[in-house]
Amino acid sequence: MLHAPSTLAIVVFLAMVGVTLGISVYLGRKAKSSAGYFAAHGQIPWLVNGVAFAGDYLSAASFLGICGMIAFYGYDGFLYSIGYLAGWVVALFVVAEPMKRLGKFTFADALNARFNSRGIKLAAGVSTLAVSVFYLIPQMVGAGALVQPLLGLPHWLGVVIVGTVVILIVVTAGMVSTTWVQFIKGALLVVFSTILTAMILERGFEVRRWREGHDFVSIGPARLSTLATDLAHESQLGYPEVLPAEGPWKGLPYVRLRNDGVVSVWRLREVEDVHNNYGGESIVMIDQTQTVTKTADGEMLINGKSADRGAIEPVGFISELPNDQKKTGPLGPLEFLSILQDSEVVLWANQKVVEEDGSVTTVYYPKPTPGSEILQPGASATFAGIRSEKFSDKLNFLSLMLALFCGTASLPHILIRYYTVKDEASARKSTIVGIACIGFFYILTLYMGLGAMTSGALDPTDSNMAAPLLARSISEWLFAIISAIAFTTVLGTVSGLILASSGAVTHDLLENLTTARFTDHQRVRIAKMASVVVGVVAIALGILFKELNVSYLVGWAFSVAASANLPALVMLLFWRGTTRQGIIAAVIVGMVSSLAWILLSGDTFASVYGLPKESSPMPFSQPGIVTIPLGFATLIAVSLVSRRRWAPGA
Amino acid sequence: MATRNARIGLVLFFVYLAFYAGFVLLAAFAPATMQRTPWAGVNLAIWYGFALIAAALLLALLYGAVCRLNDDSDADVA
Repeated sequence: MLHAPSTLAIVVFLAMVGVTLGISVYLGRKAKSSAGYFAAHGQIPWLVNGVAFAGDYLSAASFLGICGMIAFYGYDGFLYSIGYLAGWVVALFVVAEPMKRLGKFTFADALNARFNSRGIKLAAGVSTLAVSVFYLIPQMVGAGALVQPLLGLPHWLGVVIVGTVVILIVVTAGMVSTTWVQFIKGALLVVFSTILTAMILERGFEVRRWREGHDFVSIGPARLSTLATDLAHESQLGYPEVLPAEGPWKGLPYVRLRNDGVVSVWRLREVEDVHNNYGGESIVMIDQTQTVTKTADGEMLINGKSADRGAIEPVGFISELPNDQKKTGPLGPLEFLSILQDSEVVLWANQKVVEEDGSVTTVYYPKPTPGSEILQPGASATFAGIRSEKFSDKLNFLSLMLALFCGTASLPHILIRYYTVKDEASARKSTIVGIACIGFFYILTLYMGLGAMTSGALDPTDSNMAAPLLARSISEWLFAIISAIAFTTVLGTVSGLILASSGAVTHDLLENLTTARFTDHQRVRIAKMASVVVGVVAIALGILFKELNVSYLVGWAFSVAASANLPALVMLLFWRGTTRQGIIAAVIVGMVSSLAWILLSGDTFASVYGLPKESSPMPFSQPGIVTIPLGFATLIAVSLVSRRRWAPGA
Repeated sequence: MATRNARIGLVLFFVYLAFYAGFVLLAAFAPATMQRTPWAGVNLAIWYGFALIAAALLLALLYGAVCRLNDDSDADVA
């Protein structure tokens, strides 16, 4: 909302797209067979595959979402970093080598290695599609949301551009080109995040109340009982009309003032009467806020003015440094954190107010917060369970951390990368490289997020823009490059997802639902057609879900993957008693139970259905802590029963 | 069924799981402990987070060092 399109960003983005497509067309001849199309002939060097793991895994949610969450709430975004990385330990120690040994093209191949069962193929194919589509939607919506502010193009065009480029990448050379796109993206992301972090440390911290040239005003102290009269006579505010606190504003800590037809909203902040000047009465300051209003007839007002006249002012400043310093100069990585720990930062929170006529005003207000609190977990709504006294809230947190831990090693688009290297040793080595790249990047996210928080460049209405705006606060070039990398981030992840989906459609579903047998050449053609269809569906969903906040779908993907896929995979590897029926039951029960739990959860009630969170029948929102063990229990129970029933002589 | 590499992997997995579980449980049930600043003015929540990331890489390197190149010991261990 506070970003002008950048020509430089468009040029850098087009250059990256050009290079990517050039590579794809050049490599196209290497993907004529199924082995080439789905698994790059198993000839990708392990080092390249390791970096491509990072490119595949570090989606827009990782890069933009985590940086934004840290910039807005502090430590909580880093909890995602920790959980996402920990999942790779499961991938390396439990899954990597067996996947390479057992499978060929898809996740279902590995599960089906011992049984040759149509049922397993179908169940695993459906679960692959479900997980991949949940993951795909936020990536596509995110692509459109990025294009709008950065390139000045409409949302739908962003989705179509990204969708078309990805379809071309996947159709020309399948896994070969997808791997190289992911390699380039992974490498660029790590290199430029390192540069950005070095610049943040070099800049250090500086105390500023607000951006130069703009002052957010605080007025007071004043008696609460006479506030309306006092404000009406306030010359600094131009003798405004004080609107009565009626309707939804009644009881809220705001006062609304009208000057020349423009309504501004101010937040009341209670202060202590330290010198006893007010005889024990309630004393308040009023702080200027920023507002975005969507009127009932669809008009957008920013700070009470029409969108073409009003603008959101950038925020995010240090208001106090230790020992009354004004500026720190360059800082070391630990010094950066320890100084922030003892400082005060003005964060911005928000509150939605729904008027009786249906118009919605979101009020963004300053919230000075001690650094020690910022560097503690539990400030955001997602991780509020940490600071809650309720046991069910704590369980919700534990459940989310469990899903992150178990989900990575069950994501089909990650697992199929194991087929692209030549042997198990390469699978292992590439995972170690992946862990090094991803772990290093996640440490950088902490610095980039905190750097954005104190950069003075934050858009309080859009947390996803934290990293690009941080880059802009340093240099226009860096902004162009980081924005272009954000797009390639989407390209790399979406290519992997479309490839995993088209593999599931061709190899797991079509060949098992029909009696037709395809030649290798036909299979590649069908896979390419499936890629186009999945790509077009992804474009349609990306446009359709534009208005919804779909970032929670990534969480759905992790929970469903962990509940449906991991129990079957782990038990297949470590329990001889596993049967075909047990695997099919575990995949179906894990998938259905986790999905049902999510659809009935309080978070979904509030964010999707618009119903009160309390009306949900589920005790907490994250299903993993129940549905992952349920998947294991189902597999054991069904395997025991089916083995007894079909045992010789039984 | 379980190869030599798989057994080493399982041991390292449980070591990391214990370390990760310690972090999650401390965050949930002893948040005051996470606020302490044991060293260099940086709190335990950050130190523990960094340690989890570093431990993942160190254990991964250890696993890479002790694993057989391509483990064919399938049949010898049940």
